[in-house]
Amino acid sequence: MIHAAFLIPLLPLAGFAILVPFGRKLGNPLAGWLATAMVAASFVVTVVVFAGLFQLAPAHRSFTQSWFTWFAVDKLNVGAGLLVDPLSMTMAAFVTGVSTLIHLYSIGYMEHDEQFPKFFVYLNLFVFAMLMLVLADNFVLSFFGWEGVGVCSYFLIAFWFDRAAAASAGKKAMIYNRIGDAGFLLALFLIFERTGSFQYQTVFARLGHVGQPSLIAIGLLLFLGAVGKSAQIPLFPWLADAMEGPTPVSALIHAATMVTAGVYLMCRISPVLHAAPDAAHVVAWIGACTAFVAATIGCAQNDIKKVLAYSTVSQLGYMFLAAGSGAYVAAVFLMLTHAFYKALLFLGAGSVIHAMEEEQDIKKMGGLAKLMPVTAVTFLIGWLSIAGVPPFSGFWSKSEVLLNAWAVSPALWAIGAVTAVLTAYYMGREYFLVFLGKRRWTEARPTGDGYGGVRGHAAAEADRGGPGAALTTPEPVAGGHGAAPPHPHDPGWVMRLPLVALAGLSLLGGFIDLPFHPDFDLLERWLDPVVGANLLAHHFGLGQEWGFALLDAALAITGVLLAAALWRDVVERRALEPRFLSMAWYIDWAYDHFVARPGETFAAFSAAVLDSRLIDGAVNGVATVVRVGGERLRRIQSGYVRSYALGIVAGLVVLAAYVLSRAGS
Amino acid sequence: MSIGASWYLVLAAILFTIGAVGLLVRRNVLVMFMCVELMLNAANLTFVSFSRSLNDIGGQVAVFFVLVVAAAEVVVGLGILVAIFRRKSGATADDAHVLKG
Repeated sequence: MIHAAFLIPLLPLAGFAILVPFGRKLGNPLAGWLATAMVAASFVVTVVVFAGLFQLAPAHRSFTQSWFTWFAVDKLNVGAGLLVDPLSMTMAAFVTGVSTLIHLYSIGYMEHDEQFPKFFVYLNLFVFAMLMLVLADNFVLSFFGWEGVGVCSYFLIAFWFDRAAAASAGKKAMIYNRIGDAGFLLALFLIFERTGSFQYQTVFARLGHVGQPSLIAIGLLLFLGAVGKSAQIPLFPWLADAMEGPTPVSALIHAATMVTAGVYLMCRISPVLHAAPDAAHVVAWIGACTAFVAATIGCAQNDIKKVLAYSTVSQLGYMFLAAGSGAYVAAVFLMLTHAFYKALLFLGAGSVIHAMEEEQDIKKMGGLAKLMPVTAVTFLIGWLSIAGVPPFSGFWSKSEVLLNAWAVSPALWAIGAVTAVLTAYYMGREYFLVFLGKRRWTEARPTGDGYGGVRGHAAAEADRGGPGAALTTPEPVAGGHGAAPPHPHDPGWVMRLPLVALAGLSLLGGFIDLPFHPDFDLLERWLDPVVGANLLAHHFGLGQEWGFALLDAALAITGVLLAAALWRDVVERRALEPRFLSMAWYIDWAYDHFVARPGETFAAFSAAVLDSRLIDGAVNGVATVVRVGGERLRRIQSGYVRSYALGIVAGLVVLAAYVLSRAGS
Repeated sequence: MSIGASWYLVLAAILFTIGAVGLLVRRNVLVMFMCVELMLNAANLTFVSFSRSLNDIGGQVAVFFVLVVAAAEVVVGLGILVAIFRRKSGATADDAHVLKG
């Protein structure tokens, strides 16, 4: 049964292969249903393999499935095959599970899009690439998946490529990822040079023969790859721009799955990080700093999706903090629960954006809770979950991360703790501005611009009539897009079902790995065969665990109360939204001034001086030498036979003189 | 009294010099042409002399090749001469300098 594992990546690939030629014919919504069915089937197979693996003894829960030799040159032999073990199956399970829900949601969300089939082509290709990245049994195949998800991310960010912002956001994501990928590639070269293999298990078995500097270099170069993919300092700005893509894409790729690939990589190479503690410390510190910086930025964003984007960066920082602290189980645990609640939050945001006719500014929303109860309640669960309020899943995973951070360094814990308060606060701010308070959208939305298109006189009149005028029309008008002011309501069941399912998972997902008693550590025991040997064995007393849990809960509730105190019925608080934070610490500005502008200046210099003087000068110089030389030599060609004959005779005399002088000696 | 090989070589050298000087100093195309032939045959004479004195047939074979090439050259050369004289009778070599660079 467990040998059906090969179907897990192949089913989405099959969906892709069918949709490329026949997607248009299947059309809307059949193409979406086919794509969803393929991913759902993949999820079912994953569950079956997962269950099969569960029945085996812990020591036997890992096997490889070789497919074929991908390429072989001399000693370099790279195969294509799967590594099925508890870690990869945990990833595969939540990737396929969350993907299925988001595919389903997309059928509703993309309903009015002209490129509906193409969207699902990309989504299926993405799921295939992600599963290859997760399940590959060697570094090179993982890199294939790594690049595959990067390309799909580019396609999907720039999905509405006729919008300049989306097109350039896609390019930005691609370029930032390229920097990280260079590190990944260099790490691959180094791994092969030092161990002579790319197979995960072979490489890890030979780590004992690799020197400490090489181990640190491998760890840090792979971490550079992870920094690019998972948007950590200093390569994080692309993730905020990636919000230009459709919201399901943000939920699937830029929150739940692809951006966690970096964390997965860190867990996968846990033997390397275990053997190179210096590299692990760098990972932990970068993670903690990113968590804090991104959380502060999240406090001052006004775009509903950008808040979530920075919160994703921040949560990824937590995951790296955990991985760098040697707490790989905590990293995977947070990755799982984060996938649930962040996908939920994004889908909730998508539902709001949909209802508000593409409005994304939270300052222009408010009071949506009564009109969209399902969205509001599920979003509330997502918020409390990410805030770390017990008993939601985020509480359990985040406290485990913080507990392990404390064991490594109290400073790391302190950064994490401050970030926890900020997280609860900025998500609370978003919740209060969007769902509670006064309705600001009826009067605040100008007519005749934006994506809603030109709204007719009815809308203008309703606007003039003040808030009350719009509120008296609660009945949704059929196909009311563009004909009336927005009258937000909950989406249809295809979009509602994923929201409810993810809310359930966010609520209960924390119970797979509870502290307090070894019997509750389900996830830890499940992952033990893979990462167990590399965990930094921190043992905490029961009192310590309870103490930290209560402290974390207090921090989360502090953040929630802070948000409630500051943002109930208040829209503007300039002092809390300094320009420094809303401009994201001026990092884009800094890159623009210190990287892009010098680059442009250098390019201009190259074009004006290097190219036109040096390169063109060399080319023109050769031509001039030949031309002038030719003009000089032309005079020899007098046309008189006698002068040529004289030349020949002179040559003859010289030759004869030479031969005779040689003969004499 | 037999004549030594050196006499033949001296004769060949004299003939070659006459040909070379004639080629340089004369303007008449036909005469220059004959000078070229003179030089060719001086070379032939050298070949034959060495062939005889060294008892090597290779020299005489070379002469045959030179004769064949000379015959072909005469055909082309005279053709060009006739063409030049058709355009301008009594032309000298210096009149045909249209290929001046």
